[in-house]
Amino acid sequence: MHMKTVLLMLGLALTFQARAQLFLTQTGETRFFSKAPLEDISAINKKTGAVLNTQNGDVVVRVPITEFQFPNKLMQEHFNENYLESDKFPYAMFRGKLQDVPDLSKPGSYDVSAKGSFDLHGVKLDRVLKGKLVVDGEKITLTSEFQVALVDHKIDIPKIVFQKIAETVDVRNTFVLVKK
Amino acid sequence: MKQTLIFLLAGGFFATPALAQDDLLNNLDPAKPKTTTTATFKGTRLINGHTVETVRGKTLDFLISHRFGRLNSGVDNFYGMDEATIRLGLEYGINDRLTVGIGRSSVQKTVDLYLKYRLLRQAGQGSPVSITLFGSDAIVTEPTRQNAAAVLYYNNGERQNWTGQVLIARKFSEKFSLQVTPGIVVLGKPEAAPKTVASVGIGGRYKVSKRVSVNAEYFARFLSEADRFTAPGGAKTYNVFAVGVDIETGGHVFQLHFTNSQGMIEKQFLTQATGDFFKGDINYGFNISRTFSFDRKTKKAAAW
Repeated sequence: MHMKTVLLMLGLALTFQARAQLFLTQTGETRFFSKAPLEDISAINKKTGAVLNTQNGDVVVRVPITEFQFPNKLMQEHFNENYLESDKFPYAMFRGKLQDVPDLSKPGSYDVSAKGSFDLHGVKLDRVLKGKLVVDGEKITLTSEFQVALVDHKIDIPKIVFQKIAETVDVRNTFVLVKK
Repeated sequence: MKQTLIFLLAGGFFATPALAQDDLLNNLDPAKPKTTTTATFKGTRLINGHTVETVRGKTLDFLISHRFGRLNSGVDNFYGMDEATIRLGLEYGINDRLTVGIGRSSVQKTVDLYLKYRLLRQAGQGSPVSITLFGSDAIVTEPTRQNAAAVLYYNNGERQNWTGQVLIARKFSEKFSLQVTPGIVVLGKPEAAPKTVASVGIGGRYKVSKRVSVNAEYFARFLSEADRFTAPGGAKTYNVFAVGVDIETGGHVFQLHFTNSQGMIEKQFLTQATGDFFKGDINYGFNISRTFSFDRKTKKAAAW
């Protein structure tokens, strides 16, 4: 075989191998919960995008803010218009790296933590988020639960409210990642 | 040949480290731009009149509105606070476009039934305006006889008052929205010559902060000076003007305002406003709305 062809195939193989390490979803679930005296506030987003590179542990999560579904649509409108200002800041984003990358080629459950930058409402914070990876055949399920302090992200809570919102919101993610 | 080799090797070996987080992002579907304009106004009422906004699907809105007496009625009347008219209303979103509503006003014990349909939504790449259609029947349920002598209504037809309006609005910016409202009111028992009163309303809001907006609204009626005696008993009426503020408190909207009408539905503020705003016949009033959701599916899905 011609040398050039061999090298080209080698190059392609390497590139393919690198690509094959990606696990992703476009329909990840992100939900949040806020304790309020009158009525607890919760919303769900089923359009979260997440990509994990199982080789080097790079991870990216993108949450479209307007896709959060609230049972109370007026609350949803206020959430977009006044709290998260989704016109200006359409996404929440996490860009990070797993601190220790387990061998994800073997089925099992692995506790992991990812260190990186969490961008919400235009404010980026360095955070370490804990989670769990469950490897099951062709899919990896990533779950993660953490808290967001609204003041850290310059999300103001109005002074006059019936529905007083907790200053810290619980966030839970469930991503079923499949091999790209 | 050598160059190709270096290039390919470089490509092969550096592909992995080069897959930084931003490149990872490229594996996701590209970001979709926001399509339709939302929150042209904070509520389904600007002040007296309806806005293009409809209640969202499976959502019930409970509205409590008050208009007090005239501010210029003196200290004996506590500047209008002694007398109040009230309207209680419920409106339900069959879906995001269609709203059905019912209200009861203390003015002439009126029950109003209405339908509101969102025909067109303003969109970045589409329509420059939002259009909503509004139709209502205001049924006067006060007693037939005012006293032993006077008969006010001879049949049920005289108690029905129909309104049709086309609400056309544009959100010009995050802060500023404007609405034009042409429409007609057909009276069941006209006091003066015209049975049909045509009008055009113009109103707008300007957001002074994230949660507070200043609103103003004026309805011009196509009535000659001689035809303006449309109020019960044949009293002279004026075009309705109103200024107010909206304060949004997360799930609620408070509206506080000054206007020259004690009636809070179209038939009343377009044909029964006997005060002249610009001569000081001003009534203080407020609307409060509270939204309840019956969207069990989302509630269940979003449960923690």
